[in-house]
Amino acid sequence: MKKILLFTLLGLVAVTPAYAAGDAPVPPHQDWSFNGYNGTFDKGSLQRGYQVYKQVCSACHGMKRISFRNLAALGYSEEEVKALAAEYTVMDGPNDEGEMFERPARPSDAFPSPYPNDETARYANNGALPPDLSLIVKARPHGADYIYGLLTGYEEHHGEEELPAGQYWNKYMAGHKIAMAPPLSDDMVPYEDETVTTTEQYSKDVTSFLAWAAEPELEERKRIGVKVILFLIAFAGVMLAVKRKIWASMH
Amino acid sequence: MGSGNRKKFDNPIVEWVDSRLPVFTLMNKEYGVFPTPKNFNYLWNFGAIAMVMLITMIITGITLAMHYVPHVDHAFDSVERIMRDVNYGWMIRYLHANGASFFFIAVYIHIFRGMYYGSYKQPRELLWMLGVVIFLLLMATAFIGYVLPWGQMSFWGATVITNLFSAIPFVGDSIVTLLWGGFSVDNPTLNRFFALHYLLPFVIFAVVFLHVWALHVAGSNNPLGIEPKGEQDTLPFNPYYTMKDTFGVLVFLIVYVAFAFFMPNDLGHPDNYIPADPLVTPAHIVPEWYFLPFYAILRAVTFDIGIPFTDITIITAKLGGVLAMFGSIALLFVLPFLDKHPVRSAVFRPWFRIALFALVIATFLLGMAGGKPAEGIWLYVSQFCSVYYFGFFLAIIPFLNKYEPVEKLPPSINDAVLDKNIKANAYFYAGKVK
Ligand code: HEC
Ligand code: HEM
Repeated sequence: MKKILLFTLLGLVAVTPAYAAGDAPVPPHQDWSFNGYNGTFDKGSLQRGYQVYKQVCSACHGMKRISFRNLAALGYSEEEVKALAAEYTVMDGPNDEGEMFERPARPSDAFPSPYPNDETARYANNGALPPDLSLIVKARPHGADYIYGLLTGYEEHHGEEELPAGQYWNKYMAGHKIAMAPPLSDDMVPYEDETVTTTEQYSKDVTSFLAWAAEPELEERKRIGVKVILFLIAFAGVMLAVKRKIWASMH
Repeated sequence: MGSGNRKKFDNPIVEWVDSRLPVFTLMNKEYGVFPTPKNFNYLWNFGAIAMVMLITMIITGITLAMHYVPHVDHAFDSVERIMRDVNYGWMIRYLHANGASFFFIAVYIHIFRGMYYGSYKQPRELLWMLGVVIFLLLMATAFIGYVLPWGQMSFWGATVITNLFSAIPFVGDSIVTLLWGGFSVDNPTLNRFFALHYLLPFVIFAVVFLHVWALHVAGSNNPLGIEPKGEQDTLPFNPYYTMKDTFGVLVFLIVYVAFAFFMPNDLGHPDNYIPADPLVTPAHIVPEWYFLPFYAILRAVTFDIGIPFTDITIITAKLGGVLAMFGSIALLFVLPFLDKHPVRSAVFRPWFRIALFALVIATFLLGMAGGKPAEGIWLYVSQFCSVYYFGFFLAIIPFLNKYEPVEKLPPSINDAVLDKNIKANAYFYAGKVK
């Protein structure tokens, strides 16, 4: 065992390989309706966010863990969900004759992905893979704040060297280089309600939608959590009283 | 066990069973009337808390295993299905994932308690060593469990940690191949890890049984570190400590549940929500937080160990790191034989107390350093704290054996409980009995 102590003193120092640390700033904290111990999703925002996803992001990004039936959570009726699904066609089969066939999507179908495989996706996007967005909010540090920061964080190129073709400068992306062109611009998606159609509003709505997609259980989780904690606090209070009483009679 | 002089039970069914298999007599002896020092403070709750966490992990784990698919193509998706489609699957999984963290919190506090009050000393050496075995098994179980969801950190953490074994001379590469079941972390690895992850908690359960058995032979230590001298020093376990433990467990559960329901992913790493991809290495590969101090010790050895002024290397930096990491736990294992000071409790060992608090601080700093890239200031922090960690066991403790004065101890637990002066002076004595 003394050897261990010795080698820390006698050892010859070698250099460790250094990591290239990402230098992206922390995205500013946003006031999301789903923050906090009793936060809930804003259904209007989720519906608009779904619209933005459908009309913009879904051209490049899949959300394969979400099914049309899940959209009921955004406040759509059963009929509306059926209609939303039916806008898509999916490949099914084989049928009795062994043939694959196309049919309108049903509520039980997952969102169709824009590309048949990752290779096609890369080929169509300058070699970069647009990630599936079902879990993106949980898969990035700072979650929803980061996604919002990213979507609104495109700026003029700041660096010294030239950006390679197909790369854009983004304030919050790790390394600041991203292969996604700014996906949003003002007035690109017509909203049915009075909500303003700015890049910031689109970003906010689509990020809310993605946050819901990553944690569809969030509202129920917080609701149950409050009850569980209240129950445990009450139970602990009773036990403290019981314990005090028992110990008081001790001598 | 429990046979011999048996007292009859009034309930005829209980009596019928007990006369054939004296489980009720056993329970009553070990958990009913078991004489327990009357001056425990709340640090004595953490054994019961760890037990509750073990049971929680087994129940949630078996439920998860009913839906989990141990295959590289399905593992990640099956966990997501648990989160989205299984009834309350998110609750079970979040309780399991956060439960591992809180199990470690309980065990770390439990270990600290043992060190502070000298619970490892004669006659409890074997009890302590069984505890360190449980700790090692727990680390193995948690490490393997973290691989199961097959996210990026699962995969790359498994790759980095299993690769460490290749540093062992001669047999290292064979061990790694055996762990992997092939030539990289892949489907066979996931399969055997799942089998082991299912098995190990039950092995832990068996060792916990031995641990508690050994405890009930020696009896509990207490904050004063002096043995009970008679009935005036002890209380029956039930109801005094059953009630106190229940209260302590509930307070702990409140904090645990707050994490599981309101910040379920704060103790995890976002990269583990990206499916494993052997072609994309994450920017920083970090283990779960509870391994960070050991990970820092591992990476603190950045130099080959050789014969000075020659080119001969005896221990490569990698092997040195592995030895240091396992050595740090081996030292805990042999602590009862390193510390020969006659006084148990740090309440009466002011020098040891300072050294131990410094060790706690060093361990926290190691934990912070373990989460950062091993470069710059953090590398020096981890090297400095590692030296202190080993120095504590190998230099400070032997020094204290020889030079720390032996203070006069209270004549008995009961006397100390009644003596206001001891309570006023004692650090962490809090054995409050009205
Ligand atoms: C023209 C195709 C295209 C469209 C449309 C598009 N993206 Fe992307 N997106 C990409 C590509 C390509 C990447 C990969 C970028 C990289 O790795 O550098 C990407 C990456 C991302 C990332 C991950 C960034 C990271 O941290 O790695 C997010 C989040 C994202 N997109 C969100 C969106 C959202 C939200 C929309 C809709 C408003 C959208 N994208 C629309 C192509 C697209
Ligand atoms: C000592 C007790 C245990 C510890 C410390 C432990 C630890 C862990 C950890 C850290 C994870 C990864 C969680 C995540 O990030 O998703 C995990 C996953 C898992 N564990 Fe355990 N576990 C224990 C007992 C068990 C038992 C008894 C089973 C029963 C078979 C089990 C089954 C599973 C399964 C199926 C997963 C994968 C699902 C998931 O990742 O959520 N565990 N475990």
